[in-house]
Amino acid sequence: MSSLELRGVTVQYHKRQVVRDFSCLVPSGGWLGLIGPNGAGKSSLLRAIVGIVAHGGEVLVDGAPLSLRSRSRRASIVAYVPQEPVLPEEMTGHEYVSLGRTPHIGYFGSPSKHDRAMVDDIIDRLELGACAARRLGALSGGERQRLVIARALATEAAILVLDEPTSALDIGHQQQALELVSRLRRDHGLTVISAMHDLTLAGMYSDSLALMHEGTVVAQGDVVDVLSAETLAEFYGVRVTVHREDDGTVVVVPRREQM
Amino acid sequence: MFDGRRAVAARVVLSLLVLLVVACAGVMMGPAGPTWWRIPLALLERIPGFGEGGLGVSSGVSEREWSIIWDIRMPRVVLAGIVGSMLSLGGATYQGVFRNPLVDPYLLGAAAGGGLGATIVITTFGSSRVEWPIDPVPLVAFAFALGTVAITYLVGASFGGLRSSSTLVLAGVAMVSLMTAIQTFILQRNSDVVREVYNWILGRLATASWSDVILVLPYVAVSTAVLLFHRRHLDVLRVGDEEATALGIPVARVRLTVVIAATLGTAAVVAVSGLIGFVGLVVPHMVRLIAGASYRVVVPLAVTVGASFLILADIPGRTLSSPAEVPIGVVTAFIGAPFFIVLLRTRQVSR
Repeated sequence: MSSLELRGVTVQYHKRQVVRDFSCLVPSGGWLGLIGPNGAGKSSLLRAIVGIVAHGGEVLVDGAPLSLRSRSRRASIVAYVPQEPVLPEEMTGHEYVSLGRTPHIGYFGSPSKHDRAMVDDIIDRLELGACAARRLGALSGGERQRLVIARALATEAAILVLDEPTSALDIGHQQQALELVSRLRRDHGLTVISAMHDLTLAGMYSDSLALMHEGTVVAQGDVVDVLSAETLAEFYGVRVTVHREDDGTVVVVPRREQM
Repeated sequence: MFDGRRAVAARVVLSLLVLLVVACAGVMMGPAGPTWWRIPLALLERIPGFGEGGLGVSSGVSEREWSIIWDIRMPRVVLAGIVGSMLSLGGATYQGVFRNPLVDPYLLGAAAGGGLGATIVITTFGSSRVEWPIDPVPLVAFAFALGTVAITYLVGASFGGLRSSSTLVLAGVAMVSLMTAIQTFILQRNSDVVREVYNWILGRLATASWSDVILVLPYVAVSTAVLLFHRRHLDVLRVGDEEATALGIPVARVRLTVVIAATLGTAAVVAVSGLIGFVGLVVPHMVRLIAGASYRVVVPLAVTVGASFLILADIPGRTLSSPAEVPIGVVTAFIGAPFFIVLLRTRQVSR
C-alpha cells in the first residue's frame, strides 16, 4: 500500500514543454485516470513517473522522492505497462513474466527459488498456464496483454503505471484486462495511474480523473465533474452527450455534427 | 519445467561432449604424423597413471611423431577452438546488445581495422621484423581493431544515440570502407608484400603455436567471463531500452561493458588468426535455431558450438589440398554464406 504524489512534474523534449507543472496526489489504493486528446502529454507524464524520461519536479511515493532511489529499487516500487510493449516473438510467456523479477535480482545474481515460485504463482493466478510454454509470437492480443500485466505484477511494485492498456484490444478483451487490473488493485492494494482513450471505461474504473490539455491539467477530480459535456467539448472539440446511469456510471456518447 | 535450468545445463554438457569429439578428430587428422588411432593412446599414455608404471597404455608413437601432435596439431586445434568461440560469442552478444541480428564486431570495424594495422606493419618493416624479439603484427592489429571500433562507436553514439542500432551500423559501414580503402591504397603501392598481407588477412591457423595460445588466452578468458555474466541482462534487453530501464537495468552501462568485452576478445583473436569471417553471424543463428533465442542458452552455447565449428572448418583447410593450405577464412565463408541464405529463407532473421 503506497500513495503516489506528483509535485510540479515537468517534461521537456527539445526545449518544448510537453508536461507543465503537473501536481496530484493518488491515495494508497486509488486509481487515477488520465484523459485528454492525443499529444496532451499523458504518456510523457507516465514515463516521467517510471523514470525513463528526464523530468523536473518530484515524484514521491509515501512521501519519499523516487529520484533518491537506485534504478532497481525504483523498478521494484513502480511497475510500467507501456502502450506498445516490445514482445520478442521467440520468447516464451514464462520467460516474459520472469523478466518482472529483474529488480529483485542483483547485478551478478540469478533468479532464486523464491523468484521462480513467485513467477509460477502469478502465472497460476492469472490463469496463464496455457501461455507459459508458448512463444509470444503465437499468442493472441488478449493473452499478450495479460502477460504484460503479469510481468508488471511480478515486480511486486505497489504502484502500477498503465499507458493505454487496452488500446489494441477489442471491447471484450478491454473489459477483461481492466477487470483484471481492478481485481489486482483490490487484492494487492495497488495504486494505479493510467492513461485511457475510452472515456466511458476511464470513468468506470478510475476513482478520479485528470483531464490534460497541451501539457497541463485543465480539470481534475471526481468522474462526474470531469466528464461533463461542456468540458469535453472545450478540450476535445467534440460534441458528446453525457448520460448518467442509475448505478452512477457515466456514459459518454459521441454525437454527429449533422443528422 | 518451463524454468528450464536443467534443460540449459543439459544442452551445455551435450555441446561440450561434441566439442571434445570434434577436438579429438581435429588432433587425429592431418597430413604426416602417426596413424590416427594411435593418437588418443599417445595422449592417454602421457597422463600420469595411465602410461608406463600405471595402466601400461602403450601407443608406439615415437618422440618425433609426438612432437607433430603436441607442437603442431594441438596448438592449432586449441587456437581454432579459442578463436571460434570468441568470434561466435562476440557476434551473439553484439546481436543482443544492439537488438540487431546482423551485427557482429566485424561490422563495426574490428576486422578491417586489424587488417589495416597488419598491412601497415608488414609493408613498413617487411622481413626485417623477423629478427625482432616479438612479432609486432598481432600487437598493432589488436590496437587498430580496438581503435576502429572505438571510433565507430563514438561516431554512431554522437549522431544517432544508441537507441537505434542503425546509425551505428551505418557508421560501421563507413569506417570499414575507409579502412579497406586505405589498406588497398597501401597494398597498391607495395605490391611486393601483397601475398604476405593476403595470407594474413585470409586467416591463418597454420602457423599456430602454443605462444599464440598464451598470447590470446588472457583476453579471451576475461572477455568470455564478463559476457557469460551478462547473459541475463541480454535477455532483459530483448524488450527494448525503455522497458529494460523500467525493469531496473542500467542499460547504457550494460551495453558499454558488453561491447568493450566482446571487442577486446575479438580484437585479440583477430590479431593472432587474421580475418576469419562469418563465424560471428552464422554460429549464433545456428545456436538459436537449435536451442531457442534465450540468451541464457545462446551465450554459453555460442562458446562451445563456435569452438567446434572452427575446429571442424579447419580440417578441410589442411587436408584437402595438402601440402598446400586452403585459408580458413575461405572455408568459413564457403560454409557461412550458403548457410546464411538458407537461414534467411527459413525464418525471418530481421525480427
